[in-house]
Amino acid sequence: MEIFVQQLINGLVLGSIYALVALGYTMVYGILELINFAHGEVTMMGAMVALTVIGLLLGLNPELPGLLVVLAGVLIAVPACMLLAFAIEKVAYRPLRRAPRLAPLITAIGVSIVLQNAAMLIWGRQYISFPQILPQMSFTVLGAHVTSLQIFIVLLCMTMMAGLWWLVQKTRLGRAMRATAQSKEVAMLMGVDIDRVISATFVIGAALAAIAGVLVSAYYGLAHYYMGFMLGLKAFSAAVLGGIGNIAGAMLGGLLLGIIEALGAGYIGDFTGGFLGSHYQDVFAFFVLILVLVFRPSGLLGERVASRA
Amino acid sequence: MSLLTIRQLKVAYGGIQAVHGVDLVVEEGELVCLIGANGAGKSSTLRALAGLTHASGDIRLAGRRLNGLPAHAIARLGVALVPEGRGIFARMTVAENLAMGAYTRRDAGVADDLTRVYDLFPRLAERRGQVAGTLSGGEQQMLAIGRALMSRPRLLLLDEPSMGLAPLMVGKIYETIQAIAGTGVTMLLVEQNAHLALQVSQRAYVMESGRIRLAGASAELMRDPAVQSAYLGA
Repeated sequence: MEIFVQQLINGLVLGSIYALVALGYTMVYGILELINFAHGEVTMMGAMVALTVIGLLLGLNPELPGLLVVLAGVLIAVPACMLLAFAIEKVAYRPLRRAPRLAPLITAIGVSIVLQNAAMLIWGRQYISFPQILPQMSFTVLGAHVTSLQIFIVLLCMTMMAGLWWLVQKTRLGRAMRATAQSKEVAMLMGVDIDRVISATFVIGAALAAIAGVLVSAYYGLAHYYMGFMLGLKAFSAAVLGGIGNIAGAMLGGLLLGIIEALGAGYIGDFTGGFLGSHYQDVFAFFVLILVLVFRPSGLLGERVASRA
Repeated sequence: MSLLTIRQLKVAYGGIQAVHGVDLVVEEGELVCLIGANGAGKSSTLRALAGLTHASGDIRLAGRRLNGLPAHAIARLGVALVPEGRGIFARMTVAENLAMGAYTRRDAGVADDLTRVYDLFPRLAERRGQVAGTLSGGEQQMLAIGRALMSRPRLLLLDEPSMGLAPLMVGKIYETIQAIAGTGVTMLLVEQNAHLALQVSQRAYVMESGRIRLAGASAELMRDPAVQSAYLGA
């Protein structure tokens, strides 16, 4: 029972981070039908920029309050990633808007490799550790161990997702985004400048990714130039699991994938008599993804409306 | 000055010429129709006007050149196209579709115009919270027209509003088009159903293989033997 609750909590934390990153994949896919493989790298850049700022500030004055230092890191990382995503869309994807679908997809993989290598050149190959400056408290819930950071991560992710939901459902920009996703041509007829809407979509996704990057590096205490790859792959899987293109689906898919992964990691040893260990958690997550896609190819909440307006 | 002046409009799709130099004028407050058979280039003309298709020639709205402007900029100048096939946002509610029609507007008159559209189409008022994809074809056409009106257009372009609708619904839509024209909205109507279009319009252009073949007052064209045999089945 303690293991179950513990893994459920761990999964919830991981899952809410996956969900935040998955939103970026699903929003871009919803509008452009493009899988933006560079999105994982944007997340990595968020972590790297924030850690650099944190390192610089602590270098100047190690006595600065930890929470403030991390906040400063986030405040620099978010606009940096927004700018990066804006540039990626403009330079790499926009010229290919009318090209066959494979072209932007390959470009996305190219952008991802470029960003990884750029990060390697700037920050090196070694792991960068997240300094232990955040106040840490821990609680015991039903026999499981919960840290203040875990609670903070889940609450922040939920708040951001609620904010995004409000933006997409209730604001003028959100309505324009949904209109553009349904028909670019008709959206233009309504006076929507779709280039701006597409830019906005990338930029909003990048802001969420930057925060997710900082959270994940704070959670694991590490950042690395290659961290965006697996995180991006998991988040993309989460988006597919929930039904790519569907915003609620990305949130659900992220949480589910995190929980499934954590529970899988917790119990896989028992199930297989110790033959497979918890390092098989990645395999477990992808196995569930395949299983869902066999029975529901469009994902849990995905439904392609047959006639696109 | 005429509200809309088109001179020598040419549209080509990858080497295939769809429109071969069309001249057309619409005066303020007029309802003008453009009739012709399938493939005559009527829709291409409208799409070029709205900025959805690249075209050469000269298109002017109240003297301002529209060629080369992106579609959203043309929409902001007051040209509203109700596209062929209606083009409603199927996954948005009726109310959200209408709000999209007023996307470019920030004036205080939007609420009044919404009331006016709901008065014009009471069916839409009943279904305002319903997802537009669940509406019938006729209701979707009403929504598309209502949405275009929400932009308070200087020029309303209608592309085949009768297409795919039951005869009863076609009658209703055309009554509404006349009612809208009665409020002073300038309209250019493209229609394959020549009979209907000639009845509601003041002037008409007949298009054939990408060219204007005939032009004149609708009432006269209706009596023209060539028009009768080719388009009215007389």
